Amino acid sequence: MSVEAHEMPRLPDVDSLEEKPETIPQAARRKLSSPWASFVVVVITFLWTVPTLGLLITSLRPAADAQNSGWWTFFANPAVTFSNYAEVITGGDTIPNGITPYFFNSFAIAIPAAIFPLTLACMAAYALAWVRFKWSTAVFFGIFALQVVPLQMALLPLLQMFNLGWSLGPIPIFPDLNRPGSEQSLLAGTYIPLWIAHTMFALPLAIFLIHNFIAQLPRDLMEAARVDGASHFLIFRKIVLPLSVPAIASFAIFQFLWVWNDLLVALTFAGGTPDVAPVTAYLANVKGTYGAQLHLITAGAFIAIVVPLIVFFALQRYFVRGLLAGSVKG
Amino acid sequence: MEELLTGLEKLWSGFLGIVIFGALIALLFFLGSRFRGRLSRPAAILIFLGPAALLLIMGLIVPAVRTIFASTQDASGNEFIGWANYQWIFDSQFDIIVNSILWIVITPIAATALGLTLALLLDRMRREAVAKSFIFMPMAISFVGASIIWSLIYEYRAPDKPQVGLLSQIVMWLGVDDPPKWLLWQPFNNYLLMVIMVWIQVGFAMVVLSAAIKAIPSDVVEAAELDGANGWKLFSKVTIPMIRGTLIVVVTTIMFAVLKIFDIVRVMTNGNYGTQIVANEMYAQAFVQFDIGRGSALAVVLFVAVIPLIVFNVVQLRKDRATR
Repeated sequence: MSVEAHEMPRLPDVDSLEEKPETIPQAARRKLSSPWASFVVVVITFLWTVPTLGLLITSLRPAADAQNSGWWTFFANPAVTFSNYAEVITGGDTIPNGITPYFFNSFAIAIPAAIFPLTLACMAAYALAWVRFKWSTAVFFGIFALQVVPLQMALLPLLQMFNLGWSLGPIPIFPDLNRPGSEQSLLAGTYIPLWIAHTMFALPLAIFLIHNFIAQLPRDLMEAARVDGASHFLIFRKIVLPLSVPAIASFAIFQFLWVWNDLLVALTFAGGTPDVAPVTAYLANVKGTYGAQLHLITAGAFIAIVVPLIVFFALQRYFVRGLLAGSVKG
Repeated sequence: MEELLTGLEKLWSGFLGIVIFGALIALLFFLGSRFRGRLSRPAAILIFLGPAALLLIMGLIVPAVRTIFASTQDASGNEFIGWANYQWIFDSQFDIIVNSILWIVITPIAATALGLTLALLLDRMRREAVAKSFIFMPMAISFVGASIIWSLIYEYRAPDKPQVGLLSQIVMWLGVDDPPKWLLWQPFNNYLLMVIMVWIQVGFAMVVLSAAIKAIPSDVVEAAELDGANGWKLFSKVTIPMIRGTLIVVVTTIMFAVLKIFDIVRVMTNGNYGTQIVANEMYAQAFVQFDIGRGSALAVVLFVAVIPLIVFNVVQLRKDRATR
């Protein structure tokens, strides 16, 4: 099978949002740059930022102000309070449950759910690229094709599997973890179903992207290591992993944000309890129940989006690369 | 204080999960490297590929088959009822299908058109990076977060009271005395929800298309300019054909995301007031009504709708690559 066969849709290389040195013709074209273009872009940039600004301002206003006047009146009547944040963080009179446990849940879900699929995907990609076997190309394409299966297809059966176990005829594939005499699975109230589900759903894309990278490592290097008697496990640890760091970092950031921002998997496998549910589930819940408490909901929403925003502005280069590569996930 | 402790406990269980996972992988590697000679290769394949393969089979392949099977069953999943669930979708849930189609057609085209416009404008200005960052930023925000941000804009208050929603206020400044209850305003509430998705996706379209435009060889542009092409002609005869493949990828990628969008509708209207779409109805049927058959049938509809997008995407990129 040719290398060409492994080349799959790839978006144009966009390394970052940063500017690159211009070529001479580009600079010449820029001389034509019109003030109109700049003006329109500035207007759109403003429009695109205003909604988020409105959220931030509302979250900082006293309750009465936020509920009875538009956030834009803040500029005429600036009154700032952090009590909304205090109430959302610890829980208070209006909303008894604070966001804090959910916030920690989000980390406890998203960090492992980024590490697990990446590790397994690196291993699988290495096997498919460098331990080639008779069916390796077919397996690779099979995994690529699995990206067409929408999350929704897998939710119900997976939930049944976690709750009731699953066996193929007499062979148990996934054990029935119900405590004797109880309706509750041992997995209920743990992060394990969430980790497993996110790992499963991330694998096709992760294997595909990392394979594209690992397959392009220099062949001489691998063969030299083999000749020196290094096992596949040694090569994987000492050569493949260190060289794949850029690809791994991009995908790790994408996957972390994807899990952090996910609502569907969270609602299905965690419900809404403070034991395991992430901030997205908390927000969806609070929005439904306390929709009128704008000052509190906005504070909660800002706490939830501040983590992805920090990642976005701090790691823009990796973020963009990962996001573009991963934008077909689901 | 107590909350901080439970928080640390949560982080600790996350950490513990990672440690146990790492230990399992290390054990597998240790076992694998014990095999020497002829067995070393099959052992390596099994250990490297096995865990991922097992998870994919258990997590995607088997569930997909089971969902297709369940879509021919009744609500409790016990009795075979043939096509009845699909019949139900196309007979009584027709407006959901129509809404979903509107979403799939309008949102990607609007986001791509706006993204393309921005990419072209950015190509003609200095210090584009700042503008790009801010327009791209909504992509980092969750759909739930975006929905809350936009519910502030669509918030309705009686016209004699001070307005809280930005849209109502703007419309009133423009001279409309009685703005509608935006999210209940059928059928336009659908389009207002789509605006949220466009807000999120424009940055993606802009960044990708901007890179494609910059990648057009400058001699092509210069040759066209020497031949007297400029402005609209340059755009329609040179720029668009040169980035055609990327345009199609952007449109289909956004379509792909839109098809499965669930969070925006769920948080904003929960599918009420004529805004329901397939992905949210699937969730409602499966996990609120506990109708496994109908929920599964809706999932299969999504699946069938996704396939042509992916196939088209792959075929297009291949063709594009071959001609270049």
